[in-house]
Amino acid sequence: MTRTILLSVWLALTWLLWSGRTEPLLLASGALSVAVAIFLAWRMNVIDAESEPYELGARPLVYLPWLLWEIAKANLHVARVILTPSLPVQPRLVRIRATQKTDLGRVILANSITLTPGTVTLDVRDGTLLVHALTRKSAEGLESGEMDRWVTWLEGSGEDR
Amino acid sequence: MTALVDAASWVLLVFGALTCVTGGVGLHRMPDFYSRTHAGGLTDTLGATAILFGLVLQAGLTLVSVKLLMLAFLLHLTSPTATHALVKAAYSRGLKANEVEAGDGVSH
Repeated sequence: MTRTILLSVWLALTWLLWSGRTEPLLLASGALSVAVAIFLAWRMNVIDAESEPYELGARPLVYLPWLLWEIAKANLHVARVILTPSLPVQPRLVRIRATQKTDLGRVILANSITLTPGTVTLDVRDGTLLVHALTRKSAEGLESGEMDRWVTWLEGSGEDR
Repeated sequence: MTALVDAASWVLLVFGALTCVTGGVGLHRMPDFYSRTHAGGLTDTLGATAILFGLVLQAGLTLVSVKLLMLAFLLHLTSPTATHALVKAAYSRGLKANEVEAGDGVSH
């Protein structure tokens, strides 16, 4: 129930920000759209801890800047590799452990790795990620496990949910 | 003040455009399929983000800026998903990755 209410608030807020209109007719149609969207989501049974993970609290607001900074650094590394005439790539496959307890945590880790240029997640199996790394430096950054620790922290206590 | 914001905005726009071009160059230069996806990542992440933030500075404190920020957020959710779908399909079909053993290649 909490998740349904939260989702309604998010949808209403999103609708308001996208439209920016406050005429009664448009507000009514917005409310109707939110109601229909909530009904469909409830019918499809997708209102759960994966679509509305409020247990994460404010931690994403700390994780996001760190991730964006990592992405910026990796971008400059890959850009330098591309622009170096000898194209110094050392592609390799590496397996790393994902210490997250929930599927949501593993998805966040896998997507964060893919989002970072120089590393792409190929496969997720039994708490192990198969990652393609462009250079030795990319692979070493991954094997240090820093991102894994960050996502495990982001996931929180991870009680059964 | 306006001139300063304008200058920052243009720096971001030009930087983003250069990053996108670098990503495009990388797509052509990389040796195999998996390596090419890394080059595409440049255009997806830093290129798009820098351009969108440059546009936010142009739009100022308006609803347009909110939409641009939502766009940046959505891009950061959808682009890794699309990239993962591509490489996962290639990997499942048995496309081998060119691997360079540690110590080979040019180190730096």
